[in-house]
Amino acid sequence: MRKNKQTIERYCLGIESTADDFSVGISTFKGETLANIISAYIPAEGGIHPREAARHHAEVASKVLEEAFTKSTIKPQNLSIIAFSQGPGLGPCLRTGATIARALASYLNIPLVGVNHCIAHIEIGKLKTGAKDPVTLYVSGGNTIVAAFDSGRYRVFGETLDIALGNCLDVFAREAGLHQKKGMPFGAVIERFAAKGKNLIAMPYTVKGMDASLSGLLTAAVTLLKKGEYKLEDLCYSLQETAFSMVTEVTERALAHTEKKEVLLTGGVAANKRLQSMIRAIADEHDAKFNVVPSEFAIDNGAMTAWTGILAYTHGLSTPIAESFVKLRWRLDEVEVPWVR
Amino acid sequence: MKQPSLIKKGAEASLYLVDWHDRKVIMKKRLTKKYRPSKLDENIRTYRTIHEPQLMHEAKRAGVSTPTIFLVDVRNSTIVMEFITGKQVKQFLTEASKKDRQLLCFQIGELIGKLHKKGIIHGDLTTSNMILDSERKIFIVDFGLGEKTSELEARGVDLHLMKRALQSTHFRFAEECFGAVMEGYSEIIGNEKAKEILEKIKEIERRGRYVAERKA
Repeated sequence: MRKNKQTIERYCLGIESTADDFSVGISTFKGETLANIISAYIPAEGGIHPREAARHHAEVASKVLEEAFTKSTIKPQNLSIIAFSQGPGLGPCLRTGATIARALASYLNIPLVGVNHCIAHIEIGKLKTGAKDPVTLYVSGGNTIVAAFDSGRYRVFGETLDIALGNCLDVFAREAGLHQKKGMPFGAVIERFAAKGKNLIAMPYTVKGMDASLSGLLTAAVTLLKKGEYKLEDLCYSLQETAFSMVTEVTERALAHTEKKEVLLTGGVAANKRLQSMIRAIADEHDAKFNVVPSEFAIDNGAMTAWTGILAYTHGLSTPIAESFVKLRWRLDEVEVPWVR
Repeated sequence: MKQPSLIKKGAEASLYLVDWHDRKVIMKKRLTKKYRPSKLDENIRTYRTIHEPQLMHEAKRAGVSTPTIFLVDVRNSTIVMEFITGKQVKQFLTEASKKDRQLLCFQIGELIGKLHKKGIIHGDLTTSNMILDSERKIFIVDFGLGEKTSELEARGVDLHLMKRALQSTHFRFAEECFGAVMEGYSEIIGNEKAKEILEKIKEIERRGRYVAERKA
């Protein structure tokens, strides 16, 4: 039965390595995720050091690949294409993933497909929730973007003018001396403290048009923290409420502007229950359907890379090895997406 | 007052067309947002309800047409203002000939220049926030996110937002339109200053994450 299925089905292996996670996903061309193995690099202290993260990726790569093959019961020879996140992201991390992808594609002699990481977050969200044409709020450690499809591309309607939402929360958590661990990233730690906060402390709320600015908020929050006059619970609560209100307002603006009937919340910060409830509220307000990516696919993962690679490949796109250099600052609105409508 | 009719449900406010003392007026009501804490919500709505009419009035003095304010009701975060019959610039740009488009964008640039010259930042420059009346006069509306400052940074962000709005809504001729906007802008603010601001816009774009031209 299985063997028979394999002769008809086609498979893509996707490698994701833009930042602190190294992940391999295997997906069928129909969109069934067969494996999605993620290995997170957790620094002992401080933020992500690109070279250290890349070293982690190189160390775990073969183990993660092996696990993905075992989990999916797919053999390398059964793969039709290899997809990899080509950007945006941290140089050394991207290059580690790209090198492995190139090696696999040339060894197996199958096509290579470079994928835009931000678009992969949107596509996996659409696949797993069934959303067709949403206004997407994509929030993670490196990105804060409100995007929606129009005429061949995803257009950026709003974004951060400086730092990303996840980055804002991470830095605050580190300043507060909090620790993250496996399965409990900084965002989740802050969410826990915030849930116990009651008093809203005034912090700068900066929305400019459809864009938000978060760096001033972070500075203010850290300054208040150092004063030592406020409870950490209240600080986390106020930081979350203020920051989330800002991105929610921006998302609502895009929703009112585009008049789309679906909202999709994706990216690592999408796992936050409070943010989910806020975005759900604006979706309801505009009679739009609220969708949130399942948490396994919220953080950086190879399954999203594999799936987006399939979408691109089945619409005539692939990446010759000679052109497979990584693109550190590849904006999602530079990418043609012929597979959408 | 007759039953108000909702003409636009925006993200932060609803606009109603109302008969008010024998004239048609716009009632702009900032609605409570349930998603954010009530204290934050109240602060934001009160602040914007007070500041918007002030900036609209100052814009008039700077030579930029804005609807006349009739009433400000802070407690209900409601503003009553003149109803402008016309077309959104957003709509007009999509249908206009290249020549009309460029002229209009040039005029928009001049208006932004006039605002900036008087230290007024609009805060949400989009083509939906500009109305063309029957005599082709441009009205600028929605100053809710505006502020009073002459900082280069604020001016840069204001124009950057205009550019971004053109790119997301009028991507086919965004570049040409923004070019014309900057020409009109320079006309008012002076070439030297305009150059400085263009540099600032570039800097702002580089600051955002993953912009291709940003140097690592």
